[in-house]
Amino acid sequence: MKLVEDHNMSSHIFTHLDALESESIHIMREVAAECKNPALLFSGGKDSIVMLRLAEKAFRPARFPFPLVHIDTEHNFPEVITCRDKLAADLGERLIVRSLEDSIRRGTIVIKDPDKPRNPYQSVTLLETIAEFGFDACMGGARRDEEKARAKERIFSFRDEFGQWDPKNQRPELWDVYNTRVHAGENIRVFPISNWTEMDIWEYIARENLYIPEIYYAHEREVIRRGNSVIPVSHLVQPKPGEKAEMLSVRFRTVGDMTCTAPVESTARNAQEIIEETATTRITERGATRMDDQTSEASMELRKKEGYF
Amino acid sequence: MSNAIQLLRFITAGSVDDGKSTLIGRLLHYSKSIFEDQLSAISKTSAKRGMAAVDLSLLTDGLLAEREQGITIDVAYRYFATPKRKFIIGDTPGHEQYTRNMVTAASTANLVVILIDARKGVLTQTRRHTYLASLVGVPHIVLAVNKMDMVEYSEETFNAICAEYRAFAAQLGIHDVTCIPMSALNGDMVVEHGDNLSWYKGAPLLELLENIVIDYDVNTTDFRYPVQWVCRPQTQEHHDFRGFAGRIESGEIAVGDEITVLPSGRSSRVKEIVTYDGNLQRAYAPQSVTLTLEDEIDVSRGDMFVKANATPQIAREFGAMLCWLAESPLDLNRKYIIKHTTRMVKCVFSRLEFRVDVNTLAHHETGKLNMNDIARVAMKVQQPLALDHYSRNRSTGSFIVIDEATNNTVAAGMIA
Ligand SMILES: Nc1nc2c(ncn2[C@@H]2O[C@H](COP(=O)(O)OP(=O)(O)OP(=O)(O)O)[C@@H](O)[C@H]2O)c(=O)[nH]1
Ligand SMILES: [Mg+2]
Repeated sequence: MKLVEDHNMSSHIFTHLDALESESIHIMREVAAECKNPALLFSGGKDSIVMLRLAEKAFRPARFPFPLVHIDTEHNFPEVITCRDKLAADLGERLIVRSLEDSIRRGTIVIKDPDKPRNPYQSVTLLETIAEFGFDACMGGARRDEEKARAKERIFSFRDEFGQWDPKNQRPELWDVYNTRVHAGENIRVFPISNWTEMDIWEYIARENLYIPEIYYAHEREVIRRGNSVIPVSHLVQPKPGEKAEMLSVRFRTVGDMTCTAPVESTARNAQEIIEETATTRITERGATRMDDQTSEASMELRKKEGYF
Repeated sequence: MSNAIQLLRFITAGSVDDGKSTLIGRLLHYSKSIFEDQLSAISKTSAKRGMAAVDLSLLTDGLLAEREQGITIDVAYRYFATPKRKFIIGDTPGHEQYTRNMVTAASTANLVVILIDARKGVLTQTRRHTYLASLVGVPHIVLAVNKMDMVEYSEETFNAICAEYRAFAAQLGIHDVTCIPMSALNGDMVVEHGDNLSWYKGAPLLELLENIVIDYDVNTTDFRYPVQWVCRPQTQEHHDFRGFAGRIESGEIAVGDEITVLPSGRSSRVKEIVTYDGNLQRAYAPQSVTLTLEDEIDVSRGDMFVKANATPQIAREFGAMLCWLAESPLDLNRKYIIKHTTRMVKCVFSRLEFRVDVNTLAHHETGKLNMNDIARVAMKVQQPLALDHYSRNRSTGSFIVIDEATNNTVAAGMIA
């Protein structure tokens, strides 16, 4: 996209957030105009809440030309689900929820250990949902600064009929002229906020005054220390023999599967204070919070190859 | 009014193994933009591979296949900020096989750092990447003569390489090249000057990137507004609302301005500039807005709004520079699809005028276009397009070519 920063516009300076916002709106409108049956993946997390605001900016006063879709692991924090439902209802948009439990009942997902993280299985339910509704494009809120495999992915990321990503053979993506064409059965994943960083997200949440799940802000929570992580106690995670639960002031930097999402110690009670903490943190967002990403050097790439977002 | 950009997009380019990924890693490391967990992950991987020191190229070479082979296959994007600027870096592959990925990154860059291995000097791939950067109009080039540690930090070697490179760049009309001697491995001239290159008086790379003045590259005079999406709420409240959503690609627009719709040529006036944050009196590139018009005229996606005082050419036949990116060569007997702004049309290539030899810049007659070839072509499209010269307008002067059979993007085109 074109870069006009500090472009003095009568009353208003075009900031880097304005540039990112305009880029994202442009991407969403391309999807709406060219794809036959798109969807917006909406989890109730901060990135997808930013995506909702961008969609409002792209399409209002009309309704969104696509439904919101959530693939529910049923391992989500209740505050996130509450926020998901409230936002969809407030916006008056259609929310489709498909659960991993559906796939488990169908037998397409076989869970070995019910207490283990469910992220790896999400791809199965996602691909089944794509097939059920015939979606040809799914927009997601992944960012390139999150993870090294994501850093390699195109904004319009082509997936074959098995939902697979071929990182060695991505389509060229020139300027911002996006190729949205797919054959029947194939689809594309579109990442309108590819170029946003964690910091940009927080600055945008502050600027737009977005409502996000309370657990992103510092709160007292019962946790267990395991290795370098603090793990939230929940109906899924209880102290093992020898472990002791304690109360800590924490916040979540990401909100994924409850069994593998660790909070960070924090006292930041609003977006501005989180911006200040983000500026000085020495650990990446996923590094601090996603225990499932650390199982192997390439867990994200492997999952993406199987159809993950 | 300051036009200096806050967010700089730059890429590294050059031949295989010249140290592009290492440079990015060093830059991130020294500017304290590597996080502790990232550093510990790549330290572990380096140790596992039996390396004595941390291999910083692992920071951007994130794919399994890249790590296995020690090469870059596709662009990695990295983000970092200093108190002076925000940066988006694209680390591109040097291998000729992956040139299309370099072009992908170059098409959105404001600046390119071309690396050269001081032992090897200017290579074909150095020339190819320089040519491609100039073809897609990257406005600034920095030449980093890397691996100076391998040539005893020799000033003569550096000067000779710079002279050769400058002579090549001048043939392309590029006169503004900053040359820096460097050791990405040892960190000389990346963030700090270091002690080994005291004969060099210029600033290290990061300081240069922070301070280089790059005006925004939007054409501010010619209003171009490709319609992306027609907004028809059809609700009680907005029953008659019919807005045209799009992004201002260049120029500006105000309420009351007369616009012409291309290609139909019908005119109307702008009634409102609608945004989620309230209506505007005036809007500028590259804002995304929704326009409503005074008159009920026929407008759909793919149409373009312009102002009568600065119109593009409307053409069905035109010439373009083409960069062929697909493994299967261009087939002159086939129809392709091109996407130009928000319009998709069928096209045929009626003639290959010449192919460019990236080493000598000579023009050769050719009957074929293979992967990574750059050529001038004459083409014909099914419906007229509103075109500008690429040098005048990047958005309305560029297009992509899509193969209908595979749906792959097979070429990048520039109106010239
Ligand atoms: N001696 C020396 N070696 C260097 C320097 N910079 C990079 N290297 C080494 O050169 C080799 C290639 O470095 P990379 O950074 O992977 O090269 P690249 O240009 O990214 O390669 P491709 O992306 O595959 O084209 C590695 O072994 C680096 O350690 C330098 O300044 N001095
Ligand atoms: Mg590399």
